[in-house]
Amino acid sequence: MQEETIVTSATRAALQSGSAEQSRLVSVAAQTAAIADVELRKLMRDPTELLTRAVQPVLWLLVFGEVFTRTRAIPTGSMSYLDFMAPGVLAQSVLFSAIFYGIAIIWERDLGIVHKLLVSPAPRSALVLGKALSAGLRGLAQAVIIIIVALILHISIRAEPIPLLGVCFAVVLGSALFSTFSLIVACLVKTRERFMGIGQVLTMPLFFASNAIYPIAIMPRWLQVIARVNPLTYLVDALRDLMIQRSVSTFGLGVDFLVLGAIFAAFIVIAARLFPGIVQ
Amino acid sequence: MGVQQRDIAPVVRTVGLTRKFDDTVAVDNLNLTIATGAIFGLLGPNGAGKTTTIKMLTTLLPPTAGTALIAGYDIVKDAAQVRRQIGYVPQLLSADAALTGRENLLLSAKLYRIPRKDRTKRIADALRFMDLQEAADTLVRRYSGGMMRRLEIAQGMLHRPAVLFLDEPTIGLDPIARHIVWDRLREMQGAAITILLTTHDMEEADALCGTLAIMHRGVIAAQGAPAQLKAGIGPSATLDDVFAHYGGGSVDAGGNYRDIRNARSTAERLG
Repeated sequence: MQEETIVTSATRAALQSGSAEQSRLVSVAAQTAAIADVELRKLMRDPTELLTRAVQPVLWLLVFGEVFTRTRAIPTGSMSYLDFMAPGVLAQSVLFSAIFYGIAIIWERDLGIVHKLLVSPAPRSALVLGKALSAGLRGLAQAVIIIIVALILHISIRAEPIPLLGVCFAVVLGSALFSTFSLIVACLVKTRERFMGIGQVLTMPLFFASNAIYPIAIMPRWLQVIARVNPLTYLVDALRDLMIQRSVSTFGLGVDFLVLGAIFAAFIVIAARLFPGIVQ
Repeated sequence: MGVQQRDIAPVVRTVGLTRKFDDTVAVDNLNLTIATGAIFGLLGPNGAGKTTTIKMLTTLLPPTAGTALIAGYDIVKDAAQVRRQIGYVPQLLSADAALTGRENLLLSAKLYRIPRKDRTKRIADALRFMDLQEAADTLVRRYSGGMMRRLEIAQGMLHRPAVLFLDEPTIGLDPIARHIVWDRLREMQGAAITILLTTHDMEEADALCGTLAIMHRGVIAAQGAPAQLKAGIGPSATLDDVFAHYGGGSVDAGGNYRDIRNARSTAERLG
């Protein structure tokens, strides 16, 4: 009522036509933030999940990395193998935790939480973006742990603010991308049992058909083609540039982020379409 | 009561609402009107089409044919507008157990774009109305079944919807918790919120609902006030008799595995 008296009808009409699109965007942003905020609160309350998820990448660095850096079996140029693989391991941990995000969505569907989100007037894009963002923030916590371990192992980390911010951005984007991919798979398969099977099948090729733990150059031709269309490759490429001293990206940071951004945007559009189907 | 209701414009009107799953017709050409301010009960055996109807009315499931108007908005063409007009409490426990009661309400307030300046007061009012003030900052996983249901109803009505949909609101609750939920729903009726609920509990239907519709195999087999329906069967008939009469006897091959598993797990978690 108060607003009615303050805003005259003329200005109201102007506001409506001029900023309808803008207010829609603000609204989507606020609803996205609301979803992410909830996930973050849950995570802060029970951070054990983050610690247990960091165990696997740390083991990769400690066991696999330490051994292969001694054998020099993989040609990594002037870089030590540990330097080469550390960004790959970070990207791997991003992939492995994000790719099973769909299970959580199926679980929330079985609980009725997804129903409640879907009957709300929040745009479907805001719902899936909110979920993607919260997965991104989870990935960030893992990045912190892996970078600390990398520093302890004397990996040549670029410990400067701008590159580190870049690493954070890449990790959030990568987690958001793969978690949205996972959400799409969840919407298609709909049950936990089927998802578990498919999740296992997806992670292996995504990981091994990428530049995460060996250079693309040593792959056979056909695998190189797959690696070039694998978003993980671009995430690793960006991380290698941003994380490690004297390491330059193969495709260029601009290309890396452009590819990741475009794939993420496409996934969000698809996920927003499919998300309502998960309760049908 | 019947005459009174007819004078008020219906807030829900379905027009040939139909939903098929492959060859099965779950809801068959449903034409239903619900008067503003009513507590309307949808009864019927498992698999009669109650949940499918609610899912269509809440825009979770698109109809195969026909449509429905809710507060004047078309569920197919104006789904986004319909969502602003409705609240929904699914049969499943939809409150997030890893959050506090207040946080659950805050999420609802944000998703429904309740202005920031009103949020705190709305949430406090809802907590008071549902008698959850003391538990507001406790994690929902420590709530009793009755408290969870009350929280979910609070979430469903926070944005003051025109219609509140409740799918088996008291499943698995003990008698005391059940009566508290009933009291709150009656009070909401006074606040001009129309309520559509499904139930298997004939006592609930009798005590709470002004109008009942009994669904069977996707169609409305009978509709009317509880007293009217009972009188239609016989002088000393109960609502159980009415149900058995229109619901196709007792043994019915209805409900799928997932529905039954969900109903059981809801009951288990509340109990």
